[in-house]
Amino acid sequence: MHSQSTIKSLEEKALTIRRGIIEIMANGKRGHLGGSLSIADIIAALYFHQMRIDPKNPNWEDRDRFVLSKGHSVLAQYVALAELGFFPREELKKVKKIGSILQGHPDRLKTPGIEASTGSLGQGLSVACGMALGAKIRGKDYRTYVIVGDGESTEGMIWEAAIFASHYKLDNLTGITDQNRLMASGSTIVGSLSPKWRAFGWETKEIDGHNMNEILDALDWALTVKNRPVMLVCNTIKGRGISFVENNVDFHHCALTNEQYEKALRELNEKGGKK
Amino acid sequence: MQKMEDMRDAYGEALAQVGEDPRVVVLDADLSHSNKTDIFKKKHPERFFDVGIAEANMVGVAAGLSLTGLIPFIHTFSVFAVGRVYDQIRISVCYQKANVKIVGTSAGLSDAHDGATHQSVDDVTIARVLPNMTVIVPCDGIEVRKAVRAIYEHFGPVYLRIDRMPVPFVWESMENCQFKIGKASILREGSDVTIIASGCTVHLAVKAADQISKIGIKAEVLDIHTIKPIDEEAIVKAAKKTGAIITAEEHSVIGALGGAVAEVLGERYPAPLERIGIKDKFGESALDWDDLLKAHNITAEAIVDAAKRVLKRK
Ligand SMILES: Cc1ncc(C[n+]2csc(CCOP(=O)(O)OP(=O)(O)O)c2C)c(N)n1
Repeated sequence: MHSQSTIKSLEEKALTIRRGIIEIMANGKRGHLGGSLSIADIIAALYFHQMRIDPKNPNWEDRDRFVLSKGHSVLAQYVALAELGFFPREELKKVKKIGSILQGHPDRLKTPGIEASTGSLGQGLSVACGMALGAKIRGKDYRTYVIVGDGESTEGMIWEAAIFASHYKLDNLTGITDQNRLMASGSTIVGSLSPKWRAFGWETKEIDGHNMNEILDALDWALTVKNRPVMLVCNTIKGRGISFVENNVDFHHCALTNEQYEKALRELNEKGGKK
Repeated sequence: MQKMEDMRDAYGEALAQVGEDPRVVVLDADLSHSNKTDIFKKKHPERFFDVGIAEANMVGVAAGLSLTGLIPFIHTFSVFAVGRVYDQIRISVCYQKANVKIVGTSAGLSDAHDGATHQSVDDVTIARVLPNMTVIVPCDGIEVRKAVRAIYEHFGPVYLRIDRMPVPFVWESMENCQFKIGKASILREGSDVTIIASGCTVHLAVKAADQISKIGIKAEVLDIHTIKPIDEEAIVKAAKKTGAIITAEEHSVIGALGGAVAEVLGERYPAPLERIGIKDKFGESALDWDDLLKAHNITAEAIVDAAKRVLKRK
């Protein structure tokens, strides 16, 4: 069980992340809005509670690793990294500007706190598998976390990695599927994911990816699973938190009008949290 | 009879040697017997992983391993090593400067029996165009041994391309082979024409140089084992000295050694050039590798003819 104050503070962090995403998209700057909002709660749980990290020492050898396989949703991660002090908040204003340390997709060589460069969907899970296997080879006890999209899970390489992680018993790997049922152009065609992961030898748990208590419980539970990798299939809403963005693929990658921008911030502010 | 060695045997031995370093991890995609990675596997089973027939995942896993400080060497046939997993190499390896060593075996036409699906005519070109990538095509067992040590010591992505058949030794000994990544080796001095070769065509270049010396043409022979970064200075120097260049490779002439040399000459010291190699074609089955090389005009005789042609263009 997690204390009410822990839950409350993480929910506020998730709101901060959502607000930060919108603020990055001020003045009509385009961004992958829907998929960034759908992982905000999971990102908050990982960065502000679950993962063993040290913003002052981003290359600390024993840190937990995080790979955002659905790299287009990096805006959520940027806000979390800035909040934690991996880089100054000022940098958020420069997202995607020429010369910025914050690229349109995660870049491990440019951004402190980013572990793997992603953006070409389907590859991040394999990279995470390599990190998890590397921990085993080197006798390290860090854990590797990876977020995969449900649309992304149509990629064949995901299932190559699924076979690999299961065969090599990567029980130091927690996979998280952002199952928001939408991809870029409409509904996913991938079908039910939990049975697929189970069939590939993974332990799975299906949870509400916007319920902080469930997220924390599931992340803890994953630590107890031995000899198998874990996939937490999180039911989420693409665009979660902003009424007109929710479940609307027009906002997969979009720019906000000034009115939309104001309305989005207003809706988030009404939900509370630090402004 | 010239002494020969299958480059894969040299590779397997050399890999096991650098594999004494506990940071070296070996991945194979169900070809460990053919790729001779089983020598390493026997010595260090705890650092050998067969990923099954899943090359894309192999590339991604290797990238992840390298980000933890390990040095992964990954293996499959050349025809699959780059083209099949191009985007994985581009993003997960080259873009993020992952210290991954990609080793493609059965290169070029050397898997003669299996035909076009198993012959790599384009791998060097597509590997070479990737930023941060180093591309190496050694010419014999000795150079393979040197190359393995060098790429192990080099930090960054590498594509190493080796044949599957016994090839004659170009080098006499490990001591006399001076191998440095990015540095051409001069095998024969000459003033009339320069033959630049890589991989299994290097010994053909030497043979061709010997043949034309009988008709009074003095050919210089350069072994350019590193296709990228290419030794521009050596090429420009040769062009200034002999003013006539031939390239030879077991690969499409488009964009690989022939293409790279043409780029250097074009920009820095234009000189007549003849390119020996595969002329924009796929391979095909043959019972004998030599027959296939002949069919594609990759022979010492073809190099001699090219020398005669290029001299007329001086
Ligand atoms: C290999 C590849 N193909 C296509 C794209 C373009 N693209 C970016 S996001 C996206 C949809 C992703 O869907 P999903 O994984 O479900 O993410 P979410 O809906 O949560 O944003 C596509 C097709 C890409 N980045 N990589």
